Amino acid sequence: MHIPDGFIDIPTSAAFAAAAAAGVALSLKGAKNSLDERTAPLAGLTATFIFAVQMLNFPVAAGTSGHLLGGALAAVLVGPYAATLALTVVLMMQGLLFADGGLSAIGLNVFNMSLVGVWFGYGAFLLVKKVLPKNRSSIAIAAGIAGIASVPAAAAGFVLQYAIGGTATFSTIAVFTAMVSTHILIGIGEALITFFAVGAVMATRADLVYGYKGQSAQLEVRKSS
Amino acid sequence: MKNKTLIAAGFALSLVLAGGVSFYASSNPDGLEKVAGDIGFIDTAKEHKNADGLLADYGVKGVDNARLSTGAAGIIGVLATAGISTGLFYLVRRKPEAKK
Repeated sequence: MHIPDGFIDIPTSAAFAAAAAAGVALSLKGAKNSLDERTAPLAGLTATFIFAVQMLNFPVAAGTSGHLLGGALAAVLVGPYAATLALTVVLMMQGLLFADGGLSAIGLNVFNMSLVGVWFGYGAFLLVKKVLPKNRSSIAIAAGIAGIASVPAAAAGFVLQYAIGGTATFSTIAVFTAMVSTHILIGIGEALITFFAVGAVMATRADLVYGYKGQSAQLEVRKSS
Repeated sequence: MKNKTLIAAGFALSLVLAGGVSFYASSNPDGLEKVAGDIGFIDTAKEHKNADGLLADYGVKGVDNARLSTGAAGIIGVLATAGISTGLFYLVRRKPEAKK
């Protein structure tokens, strides 16, 4: 999913870098409300865990591999603003230290993974959570489903960039079909990892999970009355 | 479970995954590379400006043993990501209301 230099022309890359920078700036402001003494370390751990798991490419169909993006995972654990920052740190590390993702493409990659992946994933999580029964186990299930949805969404971000500024001239429809179908398969792995990771934190410290907070607050009120 | 225990456990798991398990990761092209190859625009990719860097492609330059090289790169990445992100989140967080 990490776009190298060259796929997308420089003007388009610059425009998406500006959009990505605006999103990150807003997230720096927004993250303040969701981060305190207790949740800041969890947000750091979330970024660290995503970096580690992104190294673990798993095989999908026919000579293809995929890896976790982690947008939905991070958004459910620490909220979408902090998640945007977490993914951005991971992408910067990968692009600058490990030559993974082109330097001119950092804005493209941040746009797709830190913004589209996180916010689409978070929106899907909220929708699915609404439909599921209001109990603890629904949180990890909703996170998993959001995970599978977030991967083709981030892949569609690349298709948009390709449509605007791709240096090759193959049809956008062909790129769209191939990208989305491949990334739905990769999304299955994303769903499993997201389900188990959110499930593990829910089982140990549900009170820290951002996506569960609305409900846990309700439960507390009932308990005290 | 205490906050510190959870963080320590997650951090240890990240070290094991990036430092050990990463050696077994699939080396097939990822989704985007595969699509780019199938459709035919993989050749428009340019080499990364830092392709000869010390840690390029998740290996430590000069370490020939693949398991050591990948594992060490993973551990460096985990430490760096943990340090930078945790520092950033502490800077951004809501400060406890004190002073004044």
